[in-house]
Amino acid sequence: MKAKTKYVPVPSKAILPDRDAARDPVLECVNLGITLGGIKAVDNFNLTIGRTEIAGLIGPNGAGKTTVFNLLTKVYQPTTGTILLNGRDTHGMNTMQVNRAGIARTFQNIRLFRNLSVVDNVKAAMNNEMHYNMFSAILRLPNYRREEVAAHRRALKLLSIFDMQNMADVPAGSLPYGAQRRLEIVRALATNPSLLLLDEPAAGMNPSETADLMDNIRKVHEMFQIAIILIEHDMSLVMNICEGICVLNFGQIIAKGTPDEIQNNPAVIEAYLGRRKEV
Amino acid sequence: MTMRRLINLKRVEARRIYLTYAVVIAAYVICQVMSSTKFLSSSMRGMLVPICAYMVMSVSLNLVVGISGELSLGHAGFMSVGAFSGVASAILMQGVITNAPVRLALAMIVAAVFAAFAGFVIGIPVLRLKGDYLAIVTLAFGEIIKSLLNNFYFGMDSQGLHFSMLTDTTRLLKGGRLIIRGPMGISGIQKIATFPAGFILLMIALMVVFNLVNSRSGRAFMAIRDDRIAAESIGLDITKYKMMAFVTSAALAGAAGALFAMNYSTIVANKFDFNTSILILVFVVLGGQGNMLGGIIAAAVLTILPEKLRQFSDYRMLLYAIILIVMMLATNNDEIKNFLNRINPFRRKEAE
Ligand SMILES: Nc1ncnc2c1ncn2[C@@H]1O[C@H](COP(=O)(O)OP(=O)(O)OP(=O)(O)O)[C@@H](O)[C@H]1O
Ligand SMILES: [Mg+2]
Repeated sequence: MKAKTKYVPVPSKAILPDRDAARDPVLECVNLGITLGGIKAVDNFNLTIGRTEIAGLIGPNGAGKTTVFNLLTKVYQPTTGTILLNGRDTHGMNTMQVNRAGIARTFQNIRLFRNLSVVDNVKAAMNNEMHYNMFSAILRLPNYRREEVAAHRRALKLLSIFDMQNMADVPAGSLPYGAQRRLEIVRALATNPSLLLLDEPAAGMNPSETADLMDNIRKVHEMFQIAIILIEHDMSLVMNICEGICVLNFGQIIAKGTPDEIQNNPAVIEAYLGRRKEV
Repeated sequence: MTMRRLINLKRVEARRIYLTYAVVIAAYVICQVMSSTKFLSSSMRGMLVPICAYMVMSVSLNLVVGISGELSLGHAGFMSVGAFSGVASAILMQGVITNAPVRLALAMIVAAVFAAFAGFVIGIPVLRLKGDYLAIVTLAFGEIIKSLLNNFYFGMDSQGLHFSMLTDTTRLLKGGRLIIRGPMGISGIQKIATFPAGFILLMIALMVVFNLVNSRSGRAFMAIRDDRIAAESIGLDITKYKMMAFVTSAALAGAAGALFAMNYSTIVANKFDFNTSILILVFVVLGGQGNMLGGIIAAAVLTILPEKLRQFSDYRMLLYAIILIVMMLATNNDEIKNFLNRINPFRRKEAE
């Protein structure tokens, strides 16, 4: 346990301490918690994610998984605890600032810009890397043209990772369900995150789509060398892709470990299958 | 890649934009020809400038309502800020700049700047609100602007500029001129607004709005409109972009107000009341939110209609209301929409 950033007084609780111990983690949550509607939706949540780790966040319905994402992205302000992103405390930041600091996410209930075309959804997410002002846009000055062309090329390149470049001009709202989920991932990637949060990316997909998605997530991970946290109910996907897994139940972490350890953990089995009746 | 591809306009969208410019230019040429061949009645000729002004109002409000997705009920307020600041500056410039078109252009720029400033100041509290609340507060600000201007006195004499509120305490020296006279507004305006000027302003408004919409700002406006939480999650500055749309829209409305006012010899603040704001909103809704050409056509039709109904004297407003309701129902009817879609080669096909 020698992974200690100079900012954090507590030992790193990385799911995979050995692999990522040598490098500063991308994310560290310490005692994170929030009370929603009188209940502790998330409580005493401690998690460290290595710079290039793919971690799974699993748990039964209503366990608080999405709430963790909402805390990390400041959709909710935490009632307790600290979130360090690349060693920086995100206290006082809002959703926009957290994204600029490096967290991008997808949503469990798809939130695309329905009336924008597929490519414009991606380019909207590249807004912060463009610099021309509104006068350049109105007068169509050379820097407008230059930056738009570059953005368009990069957007198409990102879309091609998910085989979506041929749908570029279709309105996002009219895409089939699976494609909408993939577009959300592309849009998140377009913001150049160091940590990507995927909230049930395979929900509603058929098995072959899920298999493709798994390949694509691996590809993204390889290409961009970023950390990914994945919420997913599809256990084969989670067990196949994740290096470390964190299990949540009633807002509390009940287990952390490698896929093998999690699969054989009695507390996890109990949480999923329910407590065995005492005879 | 063709040029169009480079600036990334989908073909349908690009065609719609070119169609809008083409229709506006064609309409302008036809009206000019008709007017020079005395084919146009004098009452119609007098309406050309107000129609242009209302068209610009429609385009500018469409930026807020159609593109940014915020319901604003006080747009006439920005028009009146533009009208008063534009006319007042034109009067001040009278001695210095003798060329009327240049003076008009400068007055419209001054008007746009003042209205943009008003838009910024009002935007700070208003844009924190959402939905219906925002609509109601813009309504209130529209009324506030009206009553401020109704109580504003502004004059010039050899000592410089003077202004006062509530009562005329400007105490101008002999030879001075009280330009804005509270509820009496401004009178003795030189009518320097012309139809070509209105046409140019409309073309500029269209260029500003179309080019802004097809840029990173426009994508941000529409992204925020479609899903605010997702827009925040990709790092868009909601406040900044809402403000940008609101201020741009106010500036265009200000220029339109100056054009409108300089078509009359007298202008009063009460002309720009809640009814006018609603009328402009009706242009946008009737023309289709986000559809600039539709809004322009609606502005023309609904400005000419009351004139054409004049022969029905007492029943004029009743007929106007009935026609408006029928038009609203018709443009909202799915079957009629489908029919229009079928005969319109520029609409996007559903199946695509
Ligand atoms: N805004 C809110 N107000 C009150 N309670 C909330 C709110 N958001 C979430 N909760 C509650 O917090 C708990 C955790 O919800 P959350 O959405 O995080 O679960 P989840 O693990 O993502 O479940 P699922 O697998 O169904 O998506 C639930 O009991 C939920 O009812
Ligand atoms: Mg959830």
